[in-house]
Amino acid sequence: MIRINCPFCGERDHTEFSYGGDASIVYPELDASMEEWHDAIFMRENIQGMQSETWHHANGCRMWLVVERSTMTHEIQSVRPAHEGNAAVLSKSGSGGEQ
Amino acid sequence: MSRYSAWAVFKNGFSGQKNWDRQWRDPEPKKEYDVVIVGAGLHGLATAYYLAKNHGIKNIAILEKGWLGGGNAGRNTTIVRSNYMMPGNRYFYEHSLKLWEELSHELNYNVMFSQRHHVSLLHSPAARDAAARRYNTMRLTDTDGELWDLDTLKKEIPHLNYNNARFPIIGAAVQKRAGNARHDAVAWGYARGADMQGVDIIQNCEVTGVTREDGKVTALETSRGRIGAKKVGFAVAGHTSRLWQMAGLGNLPIESHKLQAFVSEPLKPLLDHVVVYGVGGAHFYISQSDKGGMVFGGDLDWYKSYAQRGNLPVVQDVAECATAILPCLGRVRLLRHWSGVMDMSMDGAAFICKTPLDNLYLNAGWNYGGFKATPASGWYFADLIANNRPDPVIEHFDLGRFKRGVIIDERGAGPDPKLHG
Repeated sequence: MIRINCPFCGERDHTEFSYGGDASIVYPELDASMEEWHDAIFMRENIQGMQSETWHHANGCRMWLVVERSTMTHEIQSVRPAHEGNAAVLSKSGSGGEQ
Repeated sequence: MSRYSAWAVFKNGFSGQKNWDRQWRDPEPKKEYDVVIVGAGLHGLATAYYLAKNHGIKNIAILEKGWLGGGNAGRNTTIVRSNYMMPGNRYFYEHSLKLWEELSHELNYNVMFSQRHHVSLLHSPAARDAAARRYNTMRLTDTDGELWDLDTLKKEIPHLNYNNARFPIIGAAVQKRAGNARHDAVAWGYARGADMQGVDIIQNCEVTGVTREDGKVTALETSRGRIGAKKVGFAVAGHTSRLWQMAGLGNLPIESHKLQAFVSEPLKPLLDHVVVYGVGGAHFYISQSDKGGMVFGGDLDWYKSYAQRGNLPVVQDVAECATAILPCLGRVRLLRHWSGVMDMSMDGAAFICKTPLDNLYLNAGWNYGGFKATPASGWYFADLIANNRPDPVIEHFDLGRFKRGVIIDERGAGPDPKLHG
């Protein structure tokens, strides 16, 4: 079991989360060339070692997280919210944050 | 090396069965080969075998970083079937099944291929309709396939959960020529067959670098020295991206995920077929080995990984599936489980193709389905390497198919590798 320290909910089993994939993928502009879209949709570096990836806390706060995790040992180096703006709003309104 | 036969067993009986030849040599690598295959798994071994047998190329080496058949060849559930529907897959897997049917004779090696029927359980009229479409497509393209109603299924496999299932069983889609085989024997049979034709199988030889010159590979740097090559084939599913990047070729439409499989303690004969159960998020396939162990598996671990060990939540999922469909397994103990690293491709289909380098060829992206594909994969990869052009059967198993919009997505899951189970 991988334990993910959700910045909103605390440390939870990975089974609460849904796996997104490679967080380094950035989608191009809508009118970008076919080549750019092809590479973003289909091509992967498939890192052996530490990689940045997205996880969705589907059975928790439902926030998307960016997790740095080793694909060799599954060790997690860091976890942060994928959308810093949302996180800031949540912590201001008091509906997220420490629990 | 002598052929195996009843007479050979009888003759060796006079010397206590102690004077059999080694099954293959353990040669030192030569300076250069006409063809170097990287990866002595099932596909690499089969490729070398057919290169020698079908195309008369004898100066071949297979490089293996561990021991032959020690990767995914030994980490699967040994299911062989050809119930694929999509153009691109259809004829390829049927050709594979036809090769399986003659494989023991072909290799003079008992691969214990057992056509014990592949029985896919159906749980809803919609699933039955989809199965009818798939299995009718098979029947129209020279493959067997049939639908069983509930009465037939109950007669054939009486101990499935017909009473209290969350998803009641309403029938099954069946391919009778499908079944399973002994995975190690397939590796050993191809290895011996290739070796007998002069192929050097070089184990404990890890590729550490790829030397390029003018858009060609000239040599491979290995842990046992530099080995020159006129043509090179990669057959290292699970770790393809690593080797691809070593050759300086960038990214691939592949992610590495791990898949677990399980075997129980040996039981008396219980299950005569390969049974597949998939509904409502469940995914489960099971058969009984000739030693009596129940061999079964389920889904991927759901996150990218190169670690050859599985996680416990999937063990629980698979155990739940097992008892949901075969409640009689409730008290059976698990003997072992293992995990293999899969090349999961963007559409669930494989690659047997040319590459941006003139004399480099790629065999990769086998997802869950590499075992059954072994003979045809070797057959067509050898043909590609020997003739430097793909056979029409594998013309869409290339890296350019995504650009052309030719997606071979048997599951209709979209470009997310972990969903192509």
